[in-house]
Amino acid sequence: MTTVLATATTVTTGYVGWLGLAASLSLVGVAVAISIWQHLDLERSLIWASARAIVQLLAVGAVLAVVFSPRVPLAASWAWVLFMVVFAADTIRRRAPEVPGARRLALVSLGLATVVCLGILFGLRIFPLNARTLIPLAGMVVGNSLTATVVAARRVVAEFTDKRAEVEARLALGISSRDSARPYVRDALRTAMISQIESTKAVGLVFLPGAMTGLILAGEKPLQAVLVQAAVMFLILGAVATTAAAMSLGLSRRLFTADHRLVRLARPAG
Amino acid sequence: MTPSSGPVFAFDRVSVRFGDTEVLRSVSAEVADASVTVLAGPSGSGKTTLLRLCNRLEIPTGGVVRFRGDDLSRLDPQSLRRRVGMVFQRPTLFAGSIAENFAVAATADTATYERHLALVGLPTDWLDRPADELSGGEAQRACLARTLLTGPEVLLMDEPTSSLDPAATRTLEELGVQLARTGLAVLWVSHDLAQVRRIADACIVLQDGRVADAVAARTYLADRRDTGGAGRPGDHGSGGRGGPEGGGRTG
Repeated sequence: MTTVLATATTVTTGYVGWLGLAASLSLVGVAVAISIWQHLDLERSLIWASARAIVQLLAVGAVLAVVFSPRVPLAASWAWVLFMVVFAADTIRRRAPEVPGARRLALVSLGLATVVCLGILFGLRIFPLNARTLIPLAGMVVGNSLTATVVAARRVVAEFTDKRAEVEARLALGISSRDSARPYVRDALRTAMISQIESTKAVGLVFLPGAMTGLILAGEKPLQAVLVQAAVMFLILGAVATTAAAMSLGLSRRLFTADHRLVRLARPAG
Repeated sequence: MTPSSGPVFAFDRVSVRFGDTEVLRSVSAEVADASVTVLAGPSGSGKTTLLRLCNRLEIPTGGVVRFRGDDLSRLDPQSLRRRVGMVFQRPTLFAGSIAENFAVAATADTATYERHLALVGLPTDWLDRPADELSGGEAQRACLARTLLTGPEVLLMDEPTSSLDPAATRTLEELGVQLARTGLAVLWVSHDLAQVRRIADACIVLQDGRVADAVAARTYLADRRDTGGAGRPGDHGSGGRGGPEGGGRTG
């Protein structure tokens, strides 16, 4: 069976041919079968999602093949990174509609995280700066920060809505808006970061993360895969902390007027 | 306290609008020093909004609020709020002990904190007690002590007894009246007619965002006048201060 799906020279690595891809669709078949068996009515969604994923990945692969070409300047990769940041900011706005100014704050937060984290990675020469490193690493920053940013933003709004009386009680004691906001921003920030910290603690024991899995499947030595994965993991931690902090602090400033009054917020749905 | 012969607060044709809703409409009124002035009126009449204008938790969309003669909008809000303390409708103690709550208001020694506990009638050895273990009345008194730690000249009380039982209500009323006797101006929001009669030196009645006429204020205070202030907490034959029946002027 193996020889049918992969060439003889790549049997020990994770090379997947077209036949292999087709065979892997049988796993989608398993999911569809479960949906039918349990009357979940998810068959169409599963097939549509899988088809869409293949098309999107093929499209991205085709564009990456062009961008990775030595003839294409690095500016094209930076343009790709910018597109990712803008698209993610819009996604955050849609996922947190109750957050005032969400898109602008998300743009600033993600932009800051991208600059800080990639600046460290490339500035300290942990990875060489080229299209093959820039785009995937920026993707790690943006993709992993997205959920944390949404959680931070929604949490800040929820805290300031539910605990409005407490915040105003602090303001009424003559405390500045920044100091009055601090305990609630801290709670939101902790909530946004705790998930990533837990994932980091479980890595290697509960699951093998994506980058490491990919490298091992591609035939890389496990130690090298571990080193790359560790760097990526720390990148994600730094990115999540930076975006969540920038979003929480930026948003908390937006929720007060210059003369230390709390603005009125619409109660978040759900 | 800053001595002053004029009113503590003067509202000059003050209006407040939230979106399409006009909450206060050209309100003109004055609040006297060293007395209890009650802001009375039905729910939704704008009492709390008028109170919150006094420490700039709200700002007027029209007119001027003056604090001891100064335009409130020109004062630094943080220092203003330390001079104009506020106790909210529901007790708003923060997570932690009573001492930690006090420390948010002011850094002081234990003796000062204990003195403030005693001032509001709470045991002085309660500083380490977790705030969430206090009853509603105890928590509201702790909130009052926390506010007093900033050394205010004015005390804003936003229906502070609305969630308290009758005994705790009377205790807090007595505290309010006693604090007014020590020289504080107390501005107390209430829609409870009986409470107004028990504690008020003066009364501003609001109706649909406007100051009601003087007859309404006299009605609120009528019983206390008839009995010469008898039954008023903290009054022991003083006959009351006989303040104005209403500091308000229909604007």
